[in-house]
Amino acid sequence: MGEVIVVTSGKGGVGKTTTTANIGTGLSLKGKSVVLVDADIGLRNLDVVMGLENRIVYDLVDVVEGVCRQRQALIKDKRYTNLYLLPAAQTKDKNAVNPEQMQKLVGDLSEEFDYVILDCPAGIEQGFKNAIAGANKAIVVTTPEVSAVRDADRIIGLLEASGLRNPMLIINRIKMEMVKRGDMMNIDDMIDILAIDLLGVVPDDDMIVVSTNRGEPAIAIEQSLAGQAYRNIVRRIMGEDIPFMNFESDDGFFKRMARLFGLNKKKQ
Amino acid sequence: MDLFKWFNRSASSKDIAKERLKLVLIHDRANVSPQFLEMIKGELIKVISDYMEIDEEGLEIKLTRTKREIDNSTVPALVANIPITRMKGHSNI
Repeated sequence: MGEVIVVTSGKGGVGKTTTTANIGTGLSLKGKSVVLVDADIGLRNLDVVMGLENRIVYDLVDVVEGVCRQRQALIKDKRYTNLYLLPAAQTKDKNAVNPEQMQKLVGDLSEEFDYVILDCPAGIEQGFKNAIAGANKAIVVTTPEVSAVRDADRIIGLLEASGLRNPMLIINRIKMEMVKRGDMMNIDDMIDILAIDLLGVVPDDDMIVVSTNRGEPAIAIEQSLAGQAYRNIVRRIMGEDIPFMNFESDDGFFKRMARLFGLNKKKQ
Repeated sequence: MDLFKWFNRSASSKDIAKERLKLVLIHDRANVSPQFLEMIKGELIKVISDYMEIDEEGLEIKLTRTKREIDNSTVPALVANIPITRMKGHSNI
């Protein structure tokens, strides 16, 4: 039985889909078999972020309704060895599927794959309930903004109420310069408020925009800071103990960069 | 540069963000109003004052989250910080 991880946030636009794409790609680069499931029915996005939009024939709703077999709907990402995408339906709405059906679908997938990663839609309605139904682990993505942290807090409460204990936090789009100036909440501030375990911190990185333009997850780009952050996150998911990147040091640019790339493991 | 310094004299914006978040989350987390917390605060003062003198101004009560020790899961918690100024004479009881 593989692990089923739902990537969620409450608020839209904080990077759930990007996170799902990068973690999934990263796990497959580490030799794991992975299926990414776009649970955002009616607003599919994971396909374009992964660059697989031209290869969709069947979707999640087709599988649930028995229009096709599960295997037929899975799109193999040819750039990686064992990475598949189950796209969301674009023309139906979130009520086309219920939590029981999702549980069954995800259960079937977890028998075939090491990791099932679910990209949850924004909000706390039906789509959210569907996405978390079959999950046994949850990742909460937030950014250092009051609105995103507030929604993350709400989501953490809802996850725990539905039995998904101990969700893990990813803080996305941290801007080091702003944190240093005291104009952006730092990692400790957010951990203090949300009181959950930190899985990783992803710096704001223009490379994410470029890689999304191309449909190639940044985790595969060696020189991308966000890519490095995602590589660390993937290793933590696999149980390795990787130190966190430090964004608040006062020392020189090169030292800071060295630490960002994990060359200097001073912190934690 | 002077303008920058001038901005810095007030609380940094991240501290403002943090404080605002903490306040708004009190409401979000348990659906309780500040009045409700004030009521609890009043009752606590009444009970504790029988046994010790406390600094009512410094008393702080808030709803937060904490890690439960037995299974390390996160649960809501009511945290009261009550500074004691003097014990009353019951300590031998």
